[in-house]
Amino acid sequence: MAGKVKWVTDIEKSVLINNFEKRGWIQVSENEDWNFYWMSVQTIRNVFSVETGYRLSDDQIVNHFPNHYELTRKDLMVKNIKRYRKELEKEGSPLAEKDENGKYVYLDFVPVTFMLPADYNLFVEEFRKNPSSTWIMKPCGKAQGKGIFLINKLSQIKKWSRDSKTSSFVSQSSKEAYVISLYINNPLLIGGKKFDLRLYVLVSTYRPLRCYMYKLGFCRFCTVKYTPSTSELDNMFVHLTNVAIQKHGDDYNHIHGGKWTVSNLRLYLESTRGKEVTNKLFDEIHWIIVQSLKAVAPVMNNDKHCFECYGYDIIIDDKLKPWLIEVNASPSLTSSTANDRILKYNLINDTLNIAVPNGEIPDCKWNKSPPKEVLGNYEVLYDEEMAQSDGPDRDMRSRSGQSTGIKGNRARDSGKPVLTTWK
Amino acid sequence: MVDAEGGLSLTIARVVQRLRGSSLHSQLERQARVSPGPAPALSTGFFYFTGWEKKLQNAVYSELNVFPSPCHPAAPPEHMKEPLAYMRKAQGSWEKRILKSLNSMCTELNIPLAQKRPASEQKELLNKWNEMGTDEPDLSLFRPVYAPKDFLEVLMNLRNPNYENGEQPSFRNHLGLIQVPLKVKDIPELKEDFSELGLNIGQLGIDDSAQVPPEFFENEHVRVGQKVLAEQDSAAAQQYVRQGCPTALRAELWALILNISNQPEDILYYEQLKSNVIQHNLLVDSLIYKDVKLTASNDDYYFVFEDYLYQVLLCFSRDTSVLEHFAYSSATPPKSYIRGKGELQKSFCFVGVIPFHGFSMYVAPLCFLYHEPSKLYQMFREMYVRFFFRLHSISSHPSGIVSLCLLFETLLQTHLPQLFYHLREIGAQPLRISFKWMVRAFSGYLATDQLLLLWDRILGYNSLEILAVLAAAVFAFRAVNLMEVTSLAAAEAVLADLSTLKVVPLLQIFLFATVT
Repeated sequence: MAGKVKWVTDIEKSVLINNFEKRGWIQVSENEDWNFYWMSVQTIRNVFSVETGYRLSDDQIVNHFPNHYELTRKDLMVKNIKRYRKELEKEGSPLAEKDENGKYVYLDFVPVTFMLPADYNLFVEEFRKNPSSTWIMKPCGKAQGKGIFLINKLSQIKKWSRDSKTSSFVSQSSKEAYVISLYINNPLLIGGKKFDLRLYVLVSTYRPLRCYMYKLGFCRFCTVKYTPSTSELDNMFVHLTNVAIQKHGDDYNHIHGGKWTVSNLRLYLESTRGKEVTNKLFDEIHWIIVQSLKAVAPVMNNDKHCFECYGYDIIIDDKLKPWLIEVNASPSLTSSTANDRILKYNLINDTLNIAVPNGEIPDCKWNKSPPKEVLGNYEVLYDEEMAQSDGPDRDMRSRSGQSTGIKGNRARDSGKPVLTTWK
Repeated sequence: MVDAEGGLSLTIARVVQRLRGSSLHSQLERQARVSPGPAPALSTGFFYFTGWEKKLQNAVYSELNVFPSPCHPAAPPEHMKEPLAYMRKAQGSWEKRILKSLNSMCTELNIPLAQKRPASEQKELLNKWNEMGTDEPDLSLFRPVYAPKDFLEVLMNLRNPNYENGEQPSFRNHLGLIQVPLKVKDIPELKEDFSELGLNIGQLGIDDSAQVPPEFFENEHVRVGQKVLAEQDSAAAQQYVRQGCPTALRAELWALILNISNQPEDILYYEQLKSNVIQHNLLVDSLIYKDVKLTASNDDYYFVFEDYLYQVLLCFSRDTSVLEHFAYSSATPPKSYIRGKGELQKSFCFVGVIPFHGFSMYVAPLCFLYHEPSKLYQMFREMYVRFFFRLHSISSHPSGIVSLCLLFETLLQTHLPQLFYHLREIGAQPLRISFKWMVRAFSGYLATDQLLLLWDRILGYNSLEILAVLAAAVFAFRAVNLMEVTSLAAAEAVLADLSTLKVVPLLQIFLFATVT
């Protein structure tokens, strides 16, 4: 072994630092030679900006792709997915099939979304088709539920745009783009409560695409009973599941933090709804994650020094259809409970095992295909190279739902090997 | 002893009498009247083709499972509750104690056991029926009436006055905490009883793990399960679940075993209970509230279902049909009167089940299976009157808590004598640790999937003895670590987290693979 890995981070989280120290790595400052930098999204912008002209050498690894925002900014993600669908349609791909209502059969997994102010007219047109709908407004560049509000009348959005123009922060707010998305107002409720899923996905390379799904995701529950009633539109505790928001609610519980493991969700759904629909749901979740990654892969700067661990937010509606809400480039590493701490420590541990093989000084030219023994709680979600070399006849795992993505019906329907998992 | 024939006719008479009063009887009558054809409408063909044969069969089977076989006709009626006089007496004074503490709480806090809610409060409660968890009444003055450890103290002091066991310890003494002589099973007998847990028999909880190809056991087992459901046969379902329920079939199979069908009249009944809750405020409501807040609300698995727990438990505390189980329980319902209500008192008094600390955990796991409140309610009630009541009343029944404790201690003492002796010497009597597991039927201690696999076996064998076997198996599994501890606290720490245990392999190894 040629020396110890030198690490830097600008995120002072014990789950990170404990993991580095466990490996016997050496902490250095960012101005020294480093091999591994776990950085915030602000820092990555500087590292890869034209002005700094910083060049990473072969033994340096960072935890973000330079233009990760193609996936993790709400407006760009939607734009990329729209483009991806159009391309597939143009190619005549069976994946782009539409139903009689003009909706994509396989690619309709993001709620109808528009950019504001750019797409205002398109939004108004859509709103008028269905005036009783509720929409959710989110600033593009913010996380943890900041700046989000719901509207169900056009007048509200007019007022908002007037206010933001006349406010004293004109320059700031006019730059700030919003996305407006159709609000999923029929979420699946468990125990009468709304929740969303937080799933972790690791991408080690975009071209070819190789991604891993973390088995230990969780559901985040609202503390307040869900009601679609419009009188509660202002009560964000009803609608937003972000822990950063829920923490301020009166009923926030510090023992479980409103978090329920995905295995609980599976047990509940399989018990109350049956095995087939449950497997289908989880297959579809895997499917939409892979499709979202494929949508951004062509535009992503597939820098060989980079890997990234994303936090996927998914909402399931009462028909058990999953919807991709957004993707986070810096999923929170704050631990709200003891179990949360263990989970996040292990998440980082397993992530490092894949990204930095053997904990040795990295060589970014390696083939990035770790042996399956080091995957820990990660499972291969999609591996483009293997999918292509194996062809469509690959025997799909029959114990569906445990690890696999899309298989069976859909793969056959579309006549294409779409997603399989290899253990 | 009653001779076999006499016993049989007594049983038949009782079942017929019980079924006559059931809603099944009136349904059958109705259908017989409207069914076309000649006068002898109730022919064999009628029964067979209308599905009534199965329904009646299941109802009879359910009766046989719940009620004990009849005692000698000359025996006094209390023998059906509990044949041993000293047990009856102990249960009686335990109830008196609980009731006294309940009454003194009422006096202290100056609140009645029960009162009618003012109209405004009724309306408010109705509005927030589905979100009672958001309510934060001040319950700081309320305390659980008792916790499992208080109950253990009572069981430790149980003595049979006709049995001289002497205060001097000798080799003839039982070295555990339970000092009453009851017959409990040894391993060979348990092996025979739980033969379906044997090493050569396929098990969910073992043979469905990811390493085992599903063709080996699981696929066929699921197929058989679907067939059992299609046949709607309670007895077959009960036999089937001994090898474990597939997750997706569990809710229906359990309902079939307990003969719960969630008919419109059941839903109506539940709605009536709900309106009773709305109309009257009981002291036990606060106790239930407090218990849920102290247990399920903080539980990683069950917090999601907090609101369901209130709904079920509040209705349960007003359900007079629960009173029927006191016919075969050693317990007797305490009487609570609403002053000045005379005639109405019976329907509004609470039904005599006083929640102890952890009571709500009997309901919580069922929330994973049933999302309609009325069905959830019926399942819980049936589970309670068949099984759970035995875990907090003093009786000599083989599934009663006293027998379970003794079974647990005997198994450990016989098969892990060194461990038993070591723990006893350091002041960590094993039962002090395992008692709470058994009282709650392990709910809140095991991961939910494992708990459900355990409860599969409770239903399948119509017995709670498996709880004592599992408790002993857990000690056996952690024996090496336990041999190293030197205090009760350290022993408790070794056994603090059971959430990673796999129940079925533990049971199987303990019963069938340990050299004895």
